[in-house]
Amino acid sequence: MSILINKDSRVITQGITGKTARFHTEHCVAYAFGKDCFVAGVTPKKGGQTVEGLPVFNTVAEAKEKTGANVSVIYVPPPFAAAAIDEAVEAGIELVICITEGIPVRDMILTRHKMKGKPTKLVGPNCPGLITPDEIKIGIMPGYIHKKGSIGVVSRSGTLTYEVVHQLSELGLGQSTCVGLGGDPVNGMKHKDYMQMFNEDPQTEGVVMVGEIGGSDEEDCAAWMKDNMKKPVVGFIAGVTAPPGKRMGHAGAIIAGGKGTAAEKIAAMEDAGVKVTRNPADIGKLMKSTLS
Amino acid sequence: MKFHEYQAKEIIRQYGVATPRGKACFSVDEAVAAAQELGGKTWVVKAQIHAGGRGKGGGVKVARSIEEVKEHASNILGMTLVTHQTGPEGKEVKRLLIEEGADIATELYVGAVVDRGSQRVVMMASSEGGTEIEEVAAKTPELIHKVAVDPMVGLTGAEAEDLARKIGIPDAALGQAVQFFQGLYKAFWEIDASLAEINPLILTSDNQVLALDAKINIDSNALYRHPDFLENYRDYDEEDPDEIEASKYGLSYIALDGNIGCLVNGAGLAMATMDIIKLYGAEPANFLDVGGGATTEQVTEAFKIMLHNKNLRAILVNIFGGILRCDVIAQGLVAGAEEAHLSVPLIVRLEGTNVEQGRKILADSGLSLITATTMADAAEKAVAATRG
Repeated sequence: MSILINKDSRVITQGITGKTARFHTEHCVAYAFGKDCFVAGVTPKKGGQTVEGLPVFNTVAEAKEKTGANVSVIYVPPPFAAAAIDEAVEAGIELVICITEGIPVRDMILTRHKMKGKPTKLVGPNCPGLITPDEIKIGIMPGYIHKKGSIGVVSRSGTLTYEVVHQLSELGLGQSTCVGLGGDPVNGMKHKDYMQMFNEDPQTEGVVMVGEIGGSDEEDCAAWMKDNMKKPVVGFIAGVTAPPGKRMGHAGAIIAGGKGTAAEKIAAMEDAGVKVTRNPADIGKLMKSTLS
Repeated sequence: MKFHEYQAKEIIRQYGVATPRGKACFSVDEAVAAAQELGGKTWVVKAQIHAGGRGKGGGVKVARSIEEVKEHASNILGMTLVTHQTGPEGKEVKRLLIEEGADIATELYVGAVVDRGSQRVVMMASSEGGTEIEEVAAKTPELIHKVAVDPMVGLTGAEAEDLARKIGIPDAALGQAVQFFQGLYKAFWEIDASLAEINPLILTSDNQVLALDAKINIDSNALYRHPDFLENYRDYDEEDPDEIEASKYGLSYIALDGNIGCLVNGAGLAMATMDIIKLYGAEPANFLDVGGGATTEQVTEAFKIMLHNKNLRAILVNIFGGILRCDVIAQGLVAGAEEAHLSVPLIVRLEGTNVEQGRKILADSGLSLITATTMADAAEKAVAATRG
């Protein structure tokens, strides 16, 4: 088992004729069961072409109808990315993963509003995607650092997630599913949503939760974990040294009005029983010692 | 992107938000002429910098004669204004706003932000104007009233009226307050703001509702929709020259107070690298996210920008190569270090795709760099280098 995606997922790439989408789709197709999982691409007005051996359709609805796809990954440029999410939601895609960085917040507010009451789940935007090792990779992470196993990883970052996964794999701790939920202020699923799924997933025995400054996502997750989490969780929060009022790369990583500091998040997580390390080089080791 | 007060007021006036009459000035002569043109008996001379707390720092003065306008304008223009938001080094004042004096009966607050929880724009209003809203939120949260606005509908008249009543606006001024709040929300939405604050919002003794101050930030992801803002409103004097330079090369750079420079790919890993430097007993000199590319040109510029910092004692490079291969990064690092004439110890930690080839390129380069295997190893070596 795993969360959200496995070798039975059927995936389309939106914006597949773009350079970035083409590049990453090629790597995803080459990973594990990717050749079976990736079934089509979508780019308006480019229907009928073939990219990386995949048929290109004009619309998500058409691609879904012809291929039975239930997942979509989006690499569409920022001005059009929110509309691409809307299209996938309208077409009834179950899971949408939006990699695009730099979408205006106003567009995401409207998109999230339109998603209310719809069954579609959203990962991202501005995220590396997700991977279930040895089964399927949907996104831009390097596949080979992952190892199949029982640790769930949920993080707001990209390369910091790879760092954590690398530490785990080096210590022989494989992963059930690793997900990067993205660095934007208005996005899809939050730490809490993924944590709930890991809690229910029989393959997952422990979870690494990586957060960063800004917002109250980690605190919300901690409040839920306090009474509900059945599995050990190890955590790290990036940005202890970040100054207030400065956007640290990610649009969402900003300490505003004294809120969203690393100290508050660490305190909330520790209160919920999470073992939090201040040392990002020790995350894997802490997971290992927690499990043994 | 941030606006000056006078720019923010110019924008919200177009949405029917009432403000005192005023004029932006760049010299004392302009300030005097502006006061004469505005007429009346009192004027306010206001320093225009991108930081709050200007009044407490001596950057806002009331003048009761044209002579006083001249005096205050001379004192404020060119002064180094220090507020809790400028840092101890302060900010030189190069622009003024000359406004007609307002007869303040009550100081209130209204603001708008993007709320992550409700995933909507939230309008906030409080009877406690004139002070930091964070303080009000901490001490008397019950005095802050909020509406999460339906993005398809906008702020309704009923919602605006309810907010106005809750902060004590009298019946005689309700109509104006509704127009004010709805205008502010509409402005926020249409200009892609990420923050708008009117603090204080004032009620005059003849029941006029006016924005006495205005602060607006714009979502930088949406600036492509507003080319006029960049053209007409961007004030490069208010921005850190190194940050501007960095952004030209797709680098996200923020100067900090320490002495170990960091060059990292990815914002989360960059913050974690800063944190581990502190954990090992030193302070980071900057945040620098080189992004997903890390070309030779980017690395060279990153080194050059870090070297502007006189306190710099070492540079720590921490790259997790995924799609971006370590051998490619290593080549960029070697070329960049030579091109930028690095004069401080360079500690390099590479991990990920083709890491062995990358390490070999570094070892064969003839550069006197220190290689590290893990983040902890890198931090330890960087801290030691600053003390050697």
